[in-house]
Amino acid sequence: MVNQTYNRNILKRRDFVKKGTLGSFAALIGTELVFGSKMLDGYTPLALQEPDPFKLFNKHKDMVVLNDKPWNIEAQAHLLDDKITPNSCMFIRNNGLVPEDIDPKTWTLTIDGESVKNKKTYSLTELKSKFEHHTYQLTLECGGNGRAEFDPPAKGNQWTVGAVHCASWTGVRLRDVLEDAGIKSNAVYIGYHAIDKHLSMDPNKEPISRGCPMNKALQDETLLAFKMNGEDIPLIHGYPLRLVAGGWPASVSGKWINRISIRDKVHDGTKMTGTAYRVPCEPVAPGEKVKDEDMCIIESMPVKSIITYPKTGAIIKKGQSLNIRGHAWAGELEVAKMEYSIDFGSTWKTCDVAKPENRLAWQHFTAKINFPKPGYYEVWARATDANGIAQPMLLPGWNPKGYLNNACHRIAIKVT
Amino acid sequence: MTKKEDVFRKQVKKVHRLLALLFVLFVIAGGGIISYMVNPNILDFMSKSETVAIAPVEVDEDRIENGIHVRTGLIDAEGLMIVVNNCTNCHSSKLVTQNRMNAERWNATIKWMQETQNLWDLGRNQEVIVNYLVTNYPPKAKGRRAVLTDIDWYELED
Repeated sequence: MVNQTYNRNILKRRDFVKKGTLGSFAALIGTELVFGSKMLDGYTPLALQEPDPFKLFNKHKDMVVLNDKPWNIEAQAHLLDDKITPNSCMFIRNNGLVPEDIDPKTWTLTIDGESVKNKKTYSLTELKSKFEHHTYQLTLECGGNGRAEFDPPAKGNQWTVGAVHCASWTGVRLRDVLEDAGIKSNAVYIGYHAIDKHLSMDPNKEPISRGCPMNKALQDETLLAFKMNGEDIPLIHGYPLRLVAGGWPASVSGKWINRISIRDKVHDGTKMTGTAYRVPCEPVAPGEKVKDEDMCIIESMPVKSIITYPKTGAIIKKGQSLNIRGHAWAGELEVAKMEYSIDFGSTWKTCDVAKPENRLAWQHFTAKINFPKPGYYEVWARATDANGIAQPMLLPGWNPKGYLNNACHRIAIKVT
Repeated sequence: MTKKEDVFRKQVKKVHRLLALLFVLFVIAGGGIISYMVNPNILDFMSKSETVAIAPVEVDEDRIENGIHVRTGLIDAEGLMIVVNNCTNCHSSKLVTQNRMNAERWNATIKWMQETQNLWDLGRNQEVIVNYLVTNYPPKAKGRRAVLTDIDWYELED
């Protein structure tokens, strides 16, 4: 509730400012803003751009800015308490500059590539009217979530625990669109292209152009989404069209998509090659140098969980029991078991864990904890996937870019 | 110089003057509108005015406060401005200070930025930059799992 009120106030304030300034803005630039009235939430013309990212992107005040050029903002564990993550608490990961001049009326999506039967271009209206709509809750986690814990430190934004969310996405199946254009039998991979600009402003460079193998592209839940949580996708999360591939590194879920290539080889766009979103094919010692050709592309994300209530640092009275809750997810798999420990892993107790709303949605867990005596405790949470693989308590294998840290999440509790 | 060219020159000058005048008018009008937007009372000459002490506006965009370069948040130390001028053009300084690397890895990162991200040749500045980074932002050992720190303790009601 607090979040909602906070957002409404911000919205109202911005609306007021926007309405008041649109006219003046038109006068200033000597032309009318053609789609001024249709301007998105979270979108402001460059000349009026808010330096405050919390207002600009409608984010909760407790979100943490890791980087402001490009924008990278993460949640804290307690902000992710909702079953379906609201925009206000969704992390932002950008590789380039946020596009500024989007007109949904002229937006098109082109399907091309070596392995397309007929290159085709669709308008947004065509996409929405021609193909069936589907809605799924999909877990998107940044491949580098948890990077901050690696030792020696890994290069990149130092995400802690908050680069994950599970929103409800509505769109058309990528499969339906690809099949409409026609997929040749030699298709291997899809690669997306988008309109965001490279940090260097070099028009020949794409900030990011990733993709996934055909079997992931053709899954029921892989969407070309135009709605998030029932509304137009906020600009910062990919308006007007986003590829959403739950359970895989969120970088597969390209924002501001205007082209998808069906490739006859593994897509070789920006951040598909070198060390980006790759881990050593074979385990290496911390700090070890790894050749590019010995790095393998990350596919499904590993099993993981997060305690979203209470916020770390809770002080409770002796005899008071503690109700904890949170979410667990396991990439392509389901979470089969959820446990907690208050004695650093000496003993584990089972949590109740719900079935996912749909495949690739995170699962909610709860537990009631009684503490034996006053003192300092840590509640550690551990999920186990359907294949019997559990989260490690220590950091998993070191890798040069610090991906895939799925070590157990923990919160501090004091009993007085 | 032909007469034709002369006439053309004069015409160009005329147009230039006109454009300049239009620009000045545009700036005045724009400025007026903005100041009216910011303070709608600006035209309210009848209202009582209060005398307010106005602090001089600080214009030094490279000012240092408490040993920190305010604009970028970078530590004020040898090589600061070379780092500011070479490392905060394309990306934020936050990307620099988040990363803790030794000289070898910084040099490799610079090479990668030059090969793929359009970073220019840094010449002798490269050594200054890398020294600044490893001195002021050295890697910290974290081990396999760190102790929880910065806990904000609060009473949790039932």
